[in-house]
Amino acid sequence: LCHFFVQVENVRLLDRLSSRKSALGTLYLTATHVIFVENGSETRKETWVLHSQISSIEKQATTATGCPLLIRCKNFQVIQLVIPQERDCHDIYISLIRLARPVKYEELYCFSFNPKLDKEEREQGWKLVDLNEEYNRMGIPNNYWQISDVNRDYGVCDSYPTEVYVPKSATAHIIVGSSKFRSRRRFPALSYYCKDNNASICRSSQPLSGFSARCLEDEQMLQAIRKANPGSDFIYVVDTRPKLNAMANRAAGKGYENEDNYSNIKFQFIGIENIHVMRNSLQKMLEVCELKSPSMSDFLWGLENSGWLKHIKAIMDAGIFIAKAVAEEGVSVLVHCSDGWDRTAQVCSVASLLLDPYYRTMKGFMVLIEKDWVSFGHKFNHRYGNLDGDPKEISPVIDQFIECVWQLMEQFPCAFEFNERFLIHIQHHIYSCQFGNFLCNSQKERRELKIQERTYSFWAHLWKNRADYLNPLYRSDHSQTQGTLHPEMAPCNFLYKFWSGMYNRFEKGLHPRQSVTDYLMAVKEETQQLEEELEVLKERLANLQKSQLYDNKTEQRDRGKQLGTSTSNNSLANTPQEYSNDLKSFPSRSPSQGDEEDSALILTQDNLKSSDPDLSANSDQESGVEDLSCRSPSCLPSEDSGKDSDEAVFLAV
Amino acid sequence: TDEWRLSCINKEFSVCPSYPPVVIVPKSIDDEALRKVAMFRHGSRFPVLSYYHKKNGMVMMRSSQPLTGTNGRRCKEDEKLINATLRPGKRGYIIDTRSLNVAQQARAKGGGFEQEVHYPQWRRIHKCIERFNILQESLIKLVEACNDQSHNMDRWLSKLEASNWLTHIKEILTAACLAAQEGASVLVHGTEGTDSTLQVTSLAQIILDPRCRTLRGFESLVVREWLQAGHPFQQRCAQSAYSNSKQKWEAPVFLLFLDCVWQILRQFPCSFEFNEQFLIMLFEHAYASQFGTFLGNNENERSKLKLPQKTMSLWSWVNRSEELSKFQNPLYEANSLVIWPSVAPQSLQLWEGIFLRWNRPSKFLDEAHEEMINIIRYNKELQAKVNALRRQLAEMETDDRMQENL
Repeated sequence: LCHFFVQVENVRLLDRLSSRKSALGTLYLTATHVIFVENGSETRKETWVLHSQISSIEKQATTATGCPLLIRCKNFQVIQLVIPQERDCHDIYISLIRLARPVKYEELYCFSFNPKLDKEEREQGWKLVDLNEEYNRMGIPNNYWQISDVNRDYGVCDSYPTEVYVPKSATAHIIVGSSKFRSRRRFPALSYYCKDNNASICRSSQPLSGFSARCLEDEQMLQAIRKANPGSDFIYVVDTRPKLNAMANRAAGKGYENEDNYSNIKFQFIGIENIHVMRNSLQKMLEVCELKSPSMSDFLWGLENSGWLKHIKAIMDAGIFIAKAVAEEGVSVLVHCSDGWDRTAQVCSVASLLLDPYYRTMKGFMVLIEKDWVSFGHKFNHRYGNLDGDPKEISPVIDQFIECVWQLMEQFPCAFEFNERFLIHIQHHIYSCQFGNFLCNSQKERRELKIQERTYSFWAHLWKNRADYLNPLYRSDHSQTQGTLHPEMAPCNFLYKFWSGMYNRFEKGLHPRQSVTDYLMAVKEETQQLEEELEVLKERLANLQKSQLYDNKTEQRDRGKQLGTSTSNNSLANTPQEYSNDLKSFPSRSPSQGDEEDSALILTQDNLKSSDPDLSANSDQESGVEDLSCRSPSCLPSEDSGKDSDEAVFLAV
Repeated sequence: TDEWRLSCINKEFSVCPSYPPVVIVPKSIDDEALRKVAMFRHGSRFPVLSYYHKKNGMVMMRSSQPLTGTNGRRCKEDEKLINATLRPGKRGYIIDTRSLNVAQQARAKGGGFEQEVHYPQWRRIHKCIERFNILQESLIKLVEACNDQSHNMDRWLSKLEASNWLTHIKEILTAACLAAQEGASVLVHGTEGTDSTLQVTSLAQIILDPRCRTLRGFESLVVREWLQAGHPFQQRCAQSAYSNSKQKWEAPVFLLFLDCVWQILRQFPCSFEFNEQFLIMLFEHAYASQFGTFLGNNENERSKLKLPQKTMSLWSWVNRSEELSKFQNPLYEANSLVIWPSVAPQSLQLWEGIFLRWNRPSKFLDEAHEEMINIIRYNKELQAKVNALRRQLAEMETDDRMQENL
């Protein structure tokens, strides 16, 4: 803890779920974090919150105990503080408002964050995900597709990357012409190419068609896309907006493709709502998550009323439609919405994920986000409010994509190389601004800021800790890891579930107390050690048998010594019993500590903590541990604690 | 123990037709007193021991409602019995599984609840667990919603909500957690003491007692707390969800119990020796079975029907090792701790394995389960191999050394 400008003592950190539990401690404000350090407790529990995670700060009416301050975070943590002095509270409130809304990129944490890597390691980190390599993997360039340098100085489209892949028959003239007929000049470019049947997914923004405008080059561009897939005589044009929205856009000189003007296209609306609807929907869902002790009806009704899962399903359905067109019909698809950087990114990446098992690996998933989101100018800064800006630009666009992936993981438990923790950490760091990857609104801005020279790459950090993110059920030769995934479509609405691991992430008491993932990972780790030991033992056995043949006394003595040492080493590291002691995070494997009345089988957070040390430094992984029981009645029955108050809680339920 | 004894008072089912012949009662209460208490309790279901928590001597008893009626009848023996279960200076809780309102209405029909003035060491708590047709309607609505292929996302959630099924789950689990509070003795009853009472006492035991989370332990829990305790399976599990005729006695009480167990199992996936399939199997046999185990409404009826002689027991079939292996949870690691489930709405889920069994593609989930089994089986195999080799090596080394010494 260094350079804190504010320090307030006797601050109370409230437990949102149980008014009887709160912690007294000291609150610090540093240039980068809000830190709460609990008094007295031996562990000195600390809660760290990065300023860039703060989504809103609310100062509530002063009460007899002090002045309450409510901090809501973008990673869905909610912190309630009570500060004794109104004046202190006001100071903190004012400072936090300023700190949580920086005006310059340079103020963000990634420019001061230093994981103590040397220059070379940092550069290597940025090279981990390479999009050219990715297009090569897809089999491109080839006879139909090529890389175009038309945008090399961002001259055609400033929100596109310098390197774009287009059909071979699309000349620079066609591209530039088409770009002039598209919102923000985001012309059709390749997102995914399917080697097996030449079908592709391209993306763009809406055409500036108004009620009747046409553009020859744009029509040629779509033709070129169709021709790049000789196996099919038409392409789908998917407009991911609700039809009404698209029609309204026509009045502003924008709109959608007229099937009569473009030869051989099939036009399709898939109604995904806009960023404003999604922002409000999340807001409503979070209000439900924040209810103090909701009844089942409150919860289900609120969840439905938020519309959140309906929106998730709409995005999934669009992705499924496109994946089907590509994999089963062998037809290429052009996807757009309005600007082609939100819904289009969601839908293209969901479709790619369904189509190509590579994107379901850890590395592939990083590549996917880099390709469909980072490189194609998803406006991270605006959507996730990194810098102070228009609150109407904020919307949980990539959060929805991440949730789609989770919903798929629930349906296909063996299909993904990574686990839920991986997704949660990605969401966390999209907002944390601890790494440079998700800064700015486009590649152009990032290059101007020299992000790669001044900050570290999140992908390298994830990759380094990849062991923590493995899905134990994943096997690269399993049937679920081959080819296209076919999730159920329409009637199975019940397949979409509320993701408490994300939206109630910090309320550990709500989650399963034992993690199957962690259990299986521990078993697998043990298996690996057993395999190694087995080899060692076999070797020793062979040696022993050999040496028994030569019955030479001196030799035996020597060997005896050797064996003696190696035995002890091995057994130390490898006997199952001793191994289980190493599994600190897995109390159920050594269930002898029966004294604990509470079944504190807190697997997930222990692991979260160890898996990502910097995460736990930024956000408090531990704060939930003791409060685990919160909503469950488990907090009630400690024998010494006042029974009457325990009962009161129950009666109130 | 010194405080409890077995009583054969009900040998010919003469005192209470829905109790088993042998029950556990406080040592200080003789059979004569028990007979008087039985007269004071609905259906003669006098308070008996349901669970004894070894760690601290806390007890859980169950009974039916006392017949206080509108004029507040009392029964000295009943008061004595209930007080006899408390150690000096301790207080206990009476959990009435009805709302105060319902309990008060019951007085008009001769039933009622314990007045605190007459049971001064006991605090009464009312928890509202629904009964009979409300549960049955809930089940019918839920199954309807699950089978409806046409609705969109919104209607699905509102139908799930409207069925109130998960609300019932939450209520039952909450009451069970309350009953399981360590350090306090409890008496649980509703009206008859054959439905919600049993849900609460049996779930509390699963929370408290690790043995109940084993296969055999769970079987004996079902035998003790459901079959012997006189849950009227024949009346409750006659038609299930697809019946149009409104059977007055039909109610998915046992299914709700199994669902609650599944909810706890989902939150503690490594603490149960059995798996979801085991619960599904019990659900099926409770409704339709080639075995006699779940026939009849109580032990009395079963013995009159000579079921033990005429039919096979479900348990004898299930407990054969080839059957048992299907129901084993590969993740099981004995966990001696008390397991407190979360009852927050975010933590409770629809039991898809039952309700969406025929509507949901389960192939991928089954594959995942198989993968899990394989991972663990391979680990066990390796362990066995390593141990065998170790032993072999150790033997050879001692042989060696002996030779050396020679």
